[in-house]
Amino acid sequence: MLQEGKQALWKEYQKEIADNRYFYVRSCVRQNFFPASEATFLKIITEELGKDIYEHPSHTSCSGIGYHTDVIPFETTMTMVARQFALMTEAGYPNLVPSCITSFGLYTEVLDTWHHFPEVEARVREHLRKATGREFEKPANIAHASDIIFKLRNEIAAKAKHKLVNHITGKTLRGVEHIGCHYSKMFPQKGIGGAEYPYVLIGMIEAWGGEVVDYPERRHCCGFGFRQYLVKANRGYSVASSKKKFESMEPYKPDFILTNCPGCPYFLDRWQYAIAEMEGTTYGENGMGIPVLTYEELAGLVLGYDPWDLGLQVHQVSVEPLLDKMGISYNPSSKYVGKNGKFLGVPFKPNTLKVC
Amino acid sequence: MPDFGYKIAKDRQIDYDENKRLIFSEVAAWEPSIYRCISCGTCAATCSAGQYTDYSLRKLILLVKRGEEQEVITNVSKCLLCGKCQLACPMGVNTRNLILGIQNAVKKTTYAV
Repeated sequence: MLQEGKQALWKEYQKEIADNRYFYVRSCVRQNFFPASEATFLKIITEELGKDIYEHPSHTSCSGIGYHTDVIPFETTMTMVARQFALMTEAGYPNLVPSCITSFGLYTEVLDTWHHFPEVEARVREHLRKATGREFEKPANIAHASDIIFKLRNEIAAKAKHKLVNHITGKTLRGVEHIGCHYSKMFPQKGIGGAEYPYVLIGMIEAWGGEVVDYPERRHCCGFGFRQYLVKANRGYSVASSKKKFESMEPYKPDFILTNCPGCPYFLDRWQYAIAEMEGTTYGENGMGIPVLTYEELAGLVLGYDPWDLGLQVHQVSVEPLLDKMGISYNPSSKYVGKNGKFLGVPFKPNTLKVC
Repeated sequence: MPDFGYKIAKDRQIDYDENKRLIFSEVAAWEPSIYRCISCGTCAATCSAGQYTDYSLRKLILLVKRGEEQEVITNVSKCLLCGKCQLACPMGVNTRNLILGIQNAVKKTTYAV
């Protein structure tokens, strides 16, 4: 294909990402799963890149988990989303930046619903007015937090203290990326690269010196899927999805997995332990797992932040092999020392999965 | 091992390199109307055997097409050959002859019914 043709086609897979003045909305679960990721994002955006970002103390859940598990009706969800928009309007910020992929998908879904059914939007506005007395304007731009990091990836690369390169051998580190399903599978035009060629994480890895490895089950769901894990008896389906991905990526010997969703890094990290316990299988080097990172954690490592400040000690799969490859120094004795200086305790060692 | 309270679910992916679909080739040559099946399930809805067992012709045809031979063997002998499904089929699939074809193909491919 001619280069111009490629570029013309690729234009269809782009999305507009706001430059500044972000209204940040946190995820319900990420602060438990990967506690420093959101703080790291805010630090990078404000301190490193000097952008204006604001988070409202009254922001609540978007109710996405309740909606996707059928415990909250869409009408209620839309009204809750409308309230978040009202907070944004009151704060005077035009650009919404959700931390959570499901929130991102849900906000997009609600706006799309209102676009096609203006009478629904009018009804929701009435619900919100009656319930809270609030009015709102729709966001000028919605971009997931990973979109923002993607947009600013070269600025981050310019400030990089560490590249995704093995500092001993000089070889490029090989990463596999995993996109959250709600990022671009529901509304492909809202994700960079659409559902077919999601480029948001690839762009980061490449900009920071790494290499992305393709593997057959690259676009398979991690298995989070709400209904699959909320009911304990169904979790076998959830772990089976992750297992399928691990088996598919293992032959390519990736140095790390990069994700942009709250659930994916959690499950891809924790299921490596569960699979090792259930079946005795591990997927990393020397009986260890494949380190799983959020994009903020990887950006933090590239920028030279302390791995323990990034919360990497709460990962189930040890990240030390990746840190060693990147030449990042860390203090093993302070791994389990909290931010307040108190010792957090050392977690139990798994039976099969080797950890540092 | 800790008791997780669940096990890893079996993968349901069908590998066509492993599933040779020999029965399908035989059956399609015997009764080409199998190609007309749209999996609507009318046959299964009208099936007498299906009222009392887990037999479903819709499922059986899908299993044949996918080459899931062990499951085909388990299910094909449950049919009474009453032919009600043939009267109900909106696509005019000769279902009775089709099932006879599956039974013959199963025998021919050395599997015991």
